[in-house]
Amino acid sequence: MNPESMNESDGVMVTKLNDLMNWSRMSSLWPLSFGIACCAIEMMGSMASTYDLDRFGVFPRPSARQADVIIIAGTVTFKMAERIKRLYEQMPDPKYVISMGSCSNCGGPYWQHGYHVVKGVDRVIPVDVYVQGCPPRPEALIGAILELQKKISDEKLIGAV
Amino acid sequence: MASKWDGFIKFVGMGEVSQISEFGKILIFIITGFVLVALTLFVGKLLAPKNPNPEKLTSYECGEEPTGSAWIPFNARFYVIALIFLLFDVEMVFIIPWATVFGNHELIATDARWGKLTFIEMFVFLGILILGLVYVWRKGDLNWIRPNAEVPHTNVAVPPALYIKLNNEQSTHRVKEFSPLTQKEAAAALTNAEPVTATTTAATMLPPVRKPMFKPTFK
Repeated sequence: MNPESMNESDGVMVTKLNDLMNWSRMSSLWPLSFGIACCAIEMMGSMASTYDLDRFGVFPRPSARQADVIIIAGTVTFKMAERIKRLYEQMPDPKYVISMGSCSNCGGPYWQHGYHVVKGVDRVIPVDVYVQGCPPRPEALIGAILELQKKISDEKLIGAV
Repeated sequence: MASKWDGFIKFVGMGEVSQISEFGKILIFIITGFVLVALTLFVGKLLAPKNPNPEKLTSYECGEEPTGSAWIPFNARFYVIALIFLLFDVEMVFIIPWATVFGNHELIATDARWGKLTFIEMFVFLGILILGLVYVWRKGDLNWIRPNAEVPHTNVAVPPALYIKLNNEQSTHRVKEFSPLTQKEAAAALTNAEPVTATTTAATMLPPVRKPMFKPTFK
């Protein structure tokens, strides 16, 4: 699906419903405005004017009801894991998870002695894209958004086998 | 450009022969509005996946377990502040379209008076609002109404002079000066007062209790 062809006059565009829905879903990935630790600073930086994640339709939402993707940006403690699980459950389908930074990927620096840290957020909720780094640069988060868009573009939401 | 819409214009009646009144056009707009909203909601209902579970159906409380009722009495003093805020919120809504038209080079090029006129008009509008703000300020509506705290009083027979006397006595308390001699005397007095018995020796001979050590294990 080529968005440039939409601007041509008198053009008729034919698409499959799956492609249309995937296109609309990947073009407006609204994350939950939810940050846990220092990765959230980088997340804020990537949403602000310098990196401007709004170019990709990424626009933070204050409620889980309106969110499509939850970016786990920071250290997931056992106390927080409960909340993350609840927030994830309260998001409407289809929902995606980006695990940002070493802490949420695998526990990071708290891997060995962090008695309070969940060793990877994927033990609590299913993760779609992992971003490596401690913390990752905004470019890495933008890369993760693009990866997620690629993943969504191949999805079959209707007529899945 | 215009040829594309000819059929539509004839259909709606915007051409030479108008078959529909001006109110009819508004009716068409209203019907279109309702149909579009209904259609969008219907398509959303058709396409959206639905996987409800009890966790999802509870109210959203930033990830916390919701407790109590959401129907709690709200303080009335927020009302005035919200009303005044709304006034200036609407002011902004008016100013932004004005600002975009004000900076239009074409309109300024056609008539030099345009810029001055719109500028003065906007300041008249702002002046009225600022007058309202001054009025509200003078009337004291921006003041946060504080509840008068009632300090409890009790009638007791103890005269206040007694308390003052006690406080004075307490304030003059001094720490004894330190000297090694007095320390030794105190230690000697302590050992003499407590003769060593069999039970106390047994207690002191016990091995020290080991505190539980934290050993994290990971698989």
